[in-house]
Amino acid sequence: MKDQPLDSIDLTIPAKPDFVGIVRLLVSGIANRMGFSYDDIEDLKLAVSEACTNAVDHAYSGGDGDIEVNCNLFGDRLEINVIDRGHSFDVNEVEQRTGPIGFEPSMNALRERGLGIYLMKTLMDDVEIKGDNGVIVKLTKHLRKNEVELHVKSPASYPYR
Amino acid sequence: MNVLIEEKTDNKNGVTIFVEGEVDVYTAPQLREKLLPLCQNGKTVYVDLSKVDYIDSTGLGVLIGAYKAQRATAGRLVLKGVNARIYRLLRITGLHEVIEIEDRKQEDGKV
Repeated sequence: MKDQPLDSIDLTIPAKPDFVGIVRLLVSGIANRMGFSYDDIEDLKLAVSEACTNAVDHAYSGGDGDIEVNCNLFGDRLEINVIDRGHSFDVNEVEQRTGPIGFEPSMNALRERGLGIYLMKTLMDDVEIKGDNGVIVKLTKHLRKNEVELHVKSPASYPYR
Repeated sequence: MNVLIEEKTDNKNGVTIFVEGEVDVYTAPQLREKLLPLCQNGKTVYVDLSKVDYIDSTGLGVLIGAYKAQRATAGRLVLKGVNARIYRLLRITGLHEVIEIEDRKQEDGKV
């Protein structure tokens, strides 16, 4: 995975709920341009929103701060880094608390929060979370082969041919 | 990039909440404010999601909160107009086994 991205697009938003929708617009535009399927685009929107939501909720404890969204476009995949400079957390500890809701949940087990990381991991091909001097969430989604071929003929294919 | 929430009281059947737009970290608090007060008297609460084009874990969290409140007062929470996209999220999270779903929309929600 040492290859260089063909293009990079960055967006910085204030870590506020108001602006997470803008990140979705950006990512959906990029994914659409690259030729991802409708479902994959929706998955990317959701995963990036979950990463931003976590940063909004936890990074700066109500104080001001930014979230940096850095999209790296490769010929075969899209990598998105969601970066905050706020509080780090114990990644392993948090991951242990995430997962689907059980079939017979007790009232306590039915969490209202904590589904975000689980959703990201289910919907992306790869999710890396690093909690050191802020949090970096790296989301990777591959273009499926048939999608790439499908779009080779279309002028909207990425990269430009 | 916004949400519209409308409440309609059905005579005996309970209350229906129509949700339209995007439910995310920005708009979920509005849904919670509308929905939770209705989940206190044991009446059936229907949440119509047929016009929702985006929902994530923050929105699912509100639904879970409403479901818990309904269970505590022996009321029902019923989701209506669930499209394929939303159903997929409910299935991934296991919520489809927990929360009642009525009238699943069969089309895949493509525009």
